[in-house]
Amino acid sequence: MSSDAHGAPVLMGSGFKHPYHLPDPSPWPILGAFGAFLTLFGIVLASHYGNYVVLVLGTVTVLATMFFWWRDVLRESNTPGAHSVIVRLGLRYGMTLFIASEVMFFVGFFWSYFNFLIFPETQGNGQTVWPPSNVHTFDPFHLPLLNTMILLLSGTTVTWAHHCLLEGDRKGLVRGLGLTVLLGLTFTMCQAIEYSNAPFAFNGGGVYSSVFFLATGFHGFHVIVGTCFLAVCWFRARAGQFTPERHFGFEAAAWYWHFVDVVWLFLFICIYWYGAGQIAAE
Amino acid sequence: MATTSDTRAHGHDHAAHGHDDHGHDHKPGFVARWFFSTNHKDIGTLYLIFAVVGGLLGGILSEIMRAQLQFPNNHVVTEGQEWNTIITSHGLLMIFFSVMPALIGGFGNWFIPLMIGAPDMAFPRLNNISFWLLPPAFLLICIGLVMGESGSGWTLYPPLSNSTYESGMGMDCTLFALHLAGISSLLGSMNFIVTIFNMRAPGMTLHKMPLFIWSELVTAFLLVLAVPVLAGAITMLICDRNFGTAFFDPTGGGDPVLFQHLFWFFGHPEVYIMILPGFGIISHVISTFSKKPIFGYLGMVYAMVGIGVVGFVVWAHHMYLSGIDVDTRAYFMMATLVIAVPTGIKIFSWIATMWGGSIELKTPMLWAIGFLFLFTIGGVTGVVLANAGIDEAVHNTYYVIAHFHYVLSLGAVFSIFAGFYYWIGKMSGRQYPEFWGKVHFWMTFIGVNLTFFPQHFLGLSGMPRRYPDYPAAFAGWNYVSSIGSYISGCAFLVFLYVCFKTFTSKVPVADNYWGEGATTLEWTQTSPPAFHTYLEMPRIS
Repeated sequence: MSSDAHGAPVLMGSGFKHPYHLPDPSPWPILGAFGAFLTLFGIVLASHYGNYVVLVLGTVTVLATMFFWWRDVLRESNTPGAHSVIVRLGLRYGMTLFIASEVMFFVGFFWSYFNFLIFPETQGNGQTVWPPSNVHTFDPFHLPLLNTMILLLSGTTVTWAHHCLLEGDRKGLVRGLGLTVLLGLTFTMCQAIEYSNAPFAFNGGGVYSSVFFLATGFHGFHVIVGTCFLAVCWFRARAGQFTPERHFGFEAAAWYWHFVDVVWLFLFICIYWYGAGQIAAE
Repeated sequence: MATTSDTRAHGHDHAAHGHDDHGHDHKPGFVARWFFSTNHKDIGTLYLIFAVVGGLLGGILSEIMRAQLQFPNNHVVTEGQEWNTIITSHGLLMIFFSVMPALIGGFGNWFIPLMIGAPDMAFPRLNNISFWLLPPAFLLICIGLVMGESGSGWTLYPPLSNSTYESGMGMDCTLFALHLAGISSLLGSMNFIVTIFNMRAPGMTLHKMPLFIWSELVTAFLLVLAVPVLAGAITMLICDRNFGTAFFDPTGGGDPVLFQHLFWFFGHPEVYIMILPGFGIISHVISTFSKKPIFGYLGMVYAMVGIGVVGFVVWAHHMYLSGIDVDTRAYFMMATLVIAVPTGIKIFSWIATMWGGSIELKTPMLWAIGFLFLFTIGGVTGVVLANAGIDEAVHNTYYVIAHFHYVLSLGAVFSIFAGFYYWIGKMSGRQYPEFWGKVHFWMTFIGVNLTFFPQHFLGLSGMPRRYPDYPAAFAGWNYVSSIGSYISGCAFLVFLYVCFKTFTSKVPVADNYWGEGATTLEWTQTSPPAFHTYLEMPRIS
């Protein structure tokens, strides 16, 4: 841009066509928004009237939208010219910001946890202790430690897969990814076992169980999402859609997985270990 | 550059730009264009229309409130619960469904790509879901309003919002509405950041970016970092209400003040989220109509960055009377007063921009000067309120109401109207009626000042907020305040008339109808711009 005699701008062309991706109009955003509405309104109806129809409809709509929308994205990624170098850079920025917002979401739950840990409320018997005196907690060096090891190991297998990918070793990539997915599933299974043996209940269990289940529960949900993400990458890896030069889908999944891993480390150290009280006999 | 100034009728835009005349300007059919859109201009337009609807409903609620408060012992609103629901919905509608859609979704979508020389937003489909999440959220708010079950105030404090005091599903609908609006803001802000970082025209370095772009960038960062904390807080609240948790319930060991912390950790950045884009617009308007570049560009940029950063560490000044420690209060008081420094830099730089300028008092400039005047008043009462000792006396009184309406409904809203009059020609290709624009300004200016200035007096003499009635001693200024609100209500009707006159106007406008003062890239485009702009990247020298 330069100025004419009056200082008003005059456009100067660079001579280059823009390198960005302008997708055609798409029905998925509005459908997804509608699905999100049905899902949330469905939760309200379910909790007030016990009617789950709208919730199920909404969830199906959201899942269908995700499927079709991401199918379109994957098709575009295979369309020459659509995902140019700069578009892929934009995707990296986008994923980074998404993870940053997820971090802030967990900050809210850790904030609550530390609020209760540092300033516990009186327990009715005049005591101010954390965890509350009537709460038995998990032995941090039982299942939680095992889960820590599982997630850390899955971090190494996903890195193994990444190195295989960079070396052009598809077989190793598929193996590493497959192992990561299996480790993710194992983690979720261990969490399910742990939850079913919990010595406190989410509903009516007081503040300890509230913050414990919501923080670890949202983490568990993120593990499941990350596992799905990695599983999609596994199929894509088998189909040969990743090359040593272009594999952002894989990288995004790996970033997300590491984020989930780090959140777990904080949960393990702060809630399971530092916040351990009287250990429940398992 | 082609200067096609004919055939600007809506839907028949043949105004092809000189550089992008390779058949890219055909528009999709009606449904695909407006419901499945991937075009930043169309999505921006949807946001602006939505903001008008949200503002209209929020405004009707405030007229009802002022009608009730016009006389003591009045019976416009008969039940306290009804009153509480109205104040809650008024606040949420104005913030999430009017100011934010206008300043961020509307002007941000329209002018970020146009000002940085990008053909669209980074993620055009994501942009569309950001918009379409808002109408369902609006619907959920309306359910809460109509059922009369969301009487917690916009701050949603438990126990006012818990299942004991708000047992109905309306409150849950309101909370979920915030979830949807929050997702919308989050996706939108990520889109903005990626667009600004990744899609600037060659040569447009960060320090050459227009101030409006900087303001939207800082705003977007605030949203990305603040909104998820609100999402966590209302998730906990929803669990407390429906699933038997005890986060904010002392009988289970929970802590209601925790909610206040989480809420205001979001809520304070939120007030900067609402005002920063306005700062950006005001900078452009003042520079344009003073025919001078903005004074102290870098200072303006880093003042906004500073406001954004410090805005994250002042939240508990909303909680001086929540029983927080006296040292905590001392810290938050100090940190809050610090914010006056970058804000002062901005105010003084705007005045310095006007200083010695060739000032033209067109409608946008009137709004901008009105903004300067009124935002400064609101800022000064903010400094007063920042003092914990004084806040003990005026906390939750009409003094607070007056303060934040001076910065928001007189600050942020004035900047919206400044932006509207500044850019409506660019967006629609039509000339707005100058006379009616000025009538709109003066009526609003008189109306809002008459409404809110007396509320300082009411607050200082001890009238508490959020009550539908008051002792007869407060009658006089309440009467004045109500009259003022009717004047500003009529001014909004004038605004609707201005819109009508503009869109039915046959007077086309030039590409750069403000002349030499308007120096940013959007003025190189036709009015209205082609459906797709900058298909060839511009170069910034």
